[in-house]
Formats: sequence, structure tokens, C-alpha cells
Amino acid sequence: MSAQLATARERLLAGGRARTLGGFGIAAVLLFGVAPAALSDFRLNLLAKFLCLAMVAVGIGLAWGRGGMLTLGQGVYFGLGGYLMAMHLKLADAGPGGVPDFMLLYGDGTVPGWWEPFRSPVVTILAIVVVPVLVATGLGWAVFSRRVRGAYFAILSQALAAAFAILLIGQQKVTGGTNGLNGFRSFFGFDLADPVNKRMLFFIAAGTLLVMVAVVRRLMVSRFGELLVAVRDQENRVRFLGYDPAKVKVVAYAVAAAFAGIGGALFVPIVGIISPADVGVVPSIAFLVGVAIGGRATLLGPVLGAIAVSWAQTSLSESFPSMWIYFQGALFILVVAFLPGGLASLGAVWRRRRAGAEESGPATPPEPTPPDPTPPDDAVPAAPGDATTAPATSDSSAATAGRLP
Amino acid sequence: MTDTDTTEPEGTDQRFRHDYLEVRGLRVEFDGFVAVGGVDLTVTPGDLRFLIGPNGAGKTTIVDALTGLAPATGSAQFGGVELVGNKVHRIARSGVGRTFQTASVFDELTVLQNLDIAAGSRRGPGTLQRKRSGTPPAVEEALETIGLAGARDRLAGVLAHGQKQWLEIGMLLVQDARLLLLDEPVAGMSHAEREETGQLLRRIGAERTVVVVEHDMEFLRSFASSVTVLHQGRVLSEGSVAHVQADPRVVEVYLGSGSRGRAVGAGTGS
Repeated sequence: MSAQLATARERLLAGGRARTLGGFGIAAVLLFGVAPAALSDFRLNLLAKFLCLAMVAVGIGLAWGRGGMLTLGQGVYFGLGGYLMAMHLKLADAGPGGVPDFMLLYGDGTVPGWWEPFRSPVVTILAIVVVPVLVATGLGWAVFSRRVRGAYFAILSQALAAAFAILLIGQQKVTGGTNGLNGFRSFFGFDLADPVNKRMLFFIAAGTLLVMVAVVRRLMVSRFGELLVAVRDQENRVRFLGYDPAKVKVVAYAVAAAFAGIGGALFVPIVGIISPADVGVVPSIAFLVGVAIGGRATLLGPVLGAIAVSWAQTSLSESFPSMWIYFQGALFILVVAFLPGGLASLGAVWRRRRAGAEESGPATPPEPTPPDPTPPDDAVPAAPGDATTAPATSDSSAATAGRLP
Repeated sequence: MTDTDTTEPEGTDQRFRHDYLEVRGLRVEFDGFVAVGGVDLTVTPGDLRFLIGPNGAGKTTIVDALTGLAPATGSAQFGGVELVGNKVHRIARSGVGRTFQTASVFDELTVLQNLDIAAGSRRGPGTLQRKRSGTPPAVEEALETIGLAGARDRLAGVLAHGQKQWLEIGMLLVQDARLLLLDEPVAGMSHAEREETGQLLRRIGAERTVVVVEHDMEFLRSFASSVTVLHQGRVLSEGSVAHVQADPRVVEVYLGSGSRGRAVGAGTGS
């Protein structure tokens, strides 16, 4: 019986792999073929911006959906990456030894010492990944090893985002203050006013996002991914097995920070500005909303949720200015209250409903299971080997896995 | 049955010779309330030691203190490692495993995944970032031992209560715990499940040091090789089941005068 089960499981896994490859293929065709052909330059640039926000969402999906860390302050890492890139672009625009325009306006006309290293493109690109990772590792270690969790961690990261925005506003001479950094003319030598280069930025963003999704998928199916879910659900139990859960959480948190930093860095040349309004409390919450609506514990839920919410925000703001924030709030409440697994769990919920109604085993797409009078999520004393419903059950509960901490 | 404790250590593997638990002057205080007030305890491999006592006697607190969950003073050594004041995950790595009153398995993961995680606390980053490719032999063995080989791909969350407890014990086995601290492992189990759990404990306890916190008297009489009775944070009595049951102090504080005859009668009957 277990052999039969093993083959069924293998088939399902193989199907999963083929489906994943197919999914990546479709995404690549959509992003690299359909989108550039169908969208105007303006819309394509808008989509590129959404892809940058989706990068943050991929990281949140890992840290929050899989790791249970309610990361309410990802704006900090987004901002770190964004400002680092913006500093380099300003210095590059000013030319060798030159001074960025806003420093002449607000400051004393000299470039502060800590800006200087970012004249180098290599240093900048390294810093965009390394700085968020270092900050996240330091902060994460301090927080998680003291077993700060749940709402306390959320409040702490939120406060950090607020403090970061306030710091940026206060240091106008070196950060541009409320205006942020803007007016970039070139991106690593390429003219930003040229539509071809804008299009290239879209392709860079699309490719980066696909790589990030692939990385997260690999982490999810790895032993680390299983361990991360275990830490999310039973942190103490994991500790009693001889692991240090803080290490596991720090890794996921640092990956999320790196993704947010890269997203912020690409956001800057695409949108043309980074300011405290992009990194503070409100954008940090907005990052989370897309993830929650899409389905935080799934692979693609965060990406699609983030893109959909950003798209809805843009199009609704065009027709109903100032109404968006209410709509966003309502959507968030509805999803959290009635569909905690996000829209990604709709299919699973529907399947379960139908399975319950027909009193048959839940229909897994590859192969219908033999009729089974027991609903899949019922705690039935198991006859060994009576596990034909396991794949379907794991499918549905993976989608509905997330709970609010 | 009651003399198993005298014969078992003879046959014990040499490897486990030093793996005994030695607790001296263990003391746990919460805001001035003394939960455990100077407990001495020695448990050797092959011994199936039961900790009993009325509610609030400090049974679970002792287990918490030994596993780093409750702050304690005094000394508790296992295999030469000091447990008091050590970090939870380091205590676990030195071969001390525990279960909880409510089974705490990873509901969203399968039985196999649960055991695989339990087996992996020493895995490096290289192994962790890869997918699980095979089943470690220790996991396979544990699946057989706990009788869940047929349910390996079921989610732990849908297991029956008894199966969850067995899975927890299986996790201790693959974790290579040599000191097992089990907190009420048969609470809420059916009679048949209790019997199976007892047999399981006897099998795995032959070469490990096992301490069981338990309320169930019938289970205790059937499977305990020695008993420590706690009362108000102190050891009241210790010895074989028969010895403890005959101790008038135990009868007074724990069994109560009414249950004496029944307890002793059943004890000699088994």
C-alpha cells in the first residue's frame, strides 16, 4: 500500500515540477513577449514599477507566509536599496568629482565622505545587496534570539520604518529630505530619457523577479523550507529538537531584505524618484496588503497579489482619486476575515467545498482519487496506508496555511 | 515485572554506561513561589522511571527545568553535561529529548517531514538548501518502531491523538535522544493505545533513560520499573511500585485513604 502511495506521490511531484517549469515558461512569454508588444511605453514602465514592488512581496511571502514573521517594515530595506542606487545615479550624473545638484542647493556644496564610495558602480551594486542583508541579520539576530515574536516584532519593524523615514527627512543636506532624490539622467551610462533604455529596464526587472521567484521556490521545497514552516508553527518544538530557530528565521528575513533592497534599487531608475514617502509606514503596509490578498504562504500569491493591488491602485486612483485607501482597507479586512489564505486559496476552498458536498475524495487535478467517505481535513484515526487523500489535503492546507500571528 | 529494574542494567550496552541522569538540589522559583524545592533524582539507563504526584507537585516543572525552559538552580547532569543554565537547543543536542502534555507536532508537515526535521539538527547549510532526496535510515527505523510507516505521507495534523504522541516519541528517537522526558504521554488515549504506548516505551527504554510524568495509575502499575513520588516540590518517596504504594506518606498525601486498598490490590494482581 505504501509503495502505491509512493508512486502516486512521485507522479504528483513530477507533475509539480513540470507544472512549475511550464509556469515559468508562461511567465517568461508574458513578461518578455506579450507585455512589451501589448503595452504602451507608459504602461510598460508602470508594469516595471509593479514588478519592483512584487520583488519585495516575494521576500515577504517567504518571511511572513512561510516563516511567520510579520514584516511590517520592509520599506526600510526597500529604501536602503533605493537610496544607495539613487546616490550612485546622482554622483554619476554629477560626473567625476562633481557634486549632486541638491547638495549645492541645500548643503555646503561638498560631498560627504560616506557618499564617496558610491561613485563606483561595483561598490554600489554590492552594497545594494550587502547592506540590507547586514542590517536584517543584525536586527533579526538581536530580535529573534531574544524570542521577540508576533505582534511585538511587527510593531518593532514598523517603528523602524517610521524612524528611517524621519531620519531621511531630517537630513536634507545629504538625503534630499522630503523631496528625496530625483532627476536622474542616466543609468550606468545609459540615457534614461531614451525609450529603448526604459524598455531594457523593464526586461531587467522582469528577469530579476523571475530569478527571485525561482530562488524562493527552491527554498520552499528544500529541507530549509520544511524547517521554516516548522519554526513558524511550533518554534519551541524546533528548539527542543536541537535547532536554534533564531538562525532559521534570520536567514529567511535576510533573504527578504535582500529582495526588498534589489526591488528598491531597480525602482529608482524606473520611477525616477525615491523619497521618504516610498519607504515609511504606509508603503511598508502596502507591501504587506498585496501579499495577504494574493496568498502569503504560496509561491505566486504574493507576486500576483502585489501586482494586482498596485495595478488596481493606479487604475482606481485615475477614476476615483482619494478613494483608493478605503478600498484597499476594505479588501484587506475582507481577505483576512474570510479568506486568510488569500485569493490563492480560493481554488482549494472551492475544491474542499465540492468534495464535502459530493462526499467523495477531493479531486486532485492529475488523477481522481477513489471515493472516500471521509472529508479530507477531518482528524480520523488512520488505518495505516489510508493516505490516498494526503496529497490533496496537503495541497489545500498549504494554500490555507497562513494564519495571522 | 517489578524486578525488571534489577536485571535490565546488566544487559545494557556499554555505550550507555555513563548516560544516567543525576539531579542534585534542583530548585525552581517563580516570583518567590517555590515550585521545586531541592529535588535529588538519579535515573539509570534501562530504568522506566515514573514521576507522580498531585497537581502542583512540580512534575512538569522538573521536566521544564531539565530542558532549559524554566530557570533553575542546583545541578542536573546527563552524560556528563550540565543541563541547568544551558540553552534549550544545546540541551537537546546533548541527547535530552522531551514531549509535551499536548502533542506538539508540525501539523502542516507530513509524518516523514516531521521525523526528517527531528533527525537534522546537525545538518549544515549545504544539506538544508537542498531538497529531501531520500529517507535517512534512522527515520525509516523510527517509522517502523512507532508503527506509522503506512502513514508516512499523511499530514501530522490529521493524525489521531495517539498517533501524534507516537510521532512525538519517534521524533525523540531520530533526534538520538538518550534521555527521554515524557510529559503525560498517554493522557486522552484509549485503553488499546495505552497498552501499545507502554510496550513502545518498554522497547525503547531498554537502552535509554526514560522519565515519564503520568497521572494514570493503571498505566503506571503496568509499565513502571521505578517510581518517584513528588509532593509540594519535594521527593516524598522513591522505589519500586510496590514499595511506593506501601509507603504510608504516599497513601496519605497522594492516593488518599480510600484508594489504598484498590491501588495495592491491583498492584499485586498485575
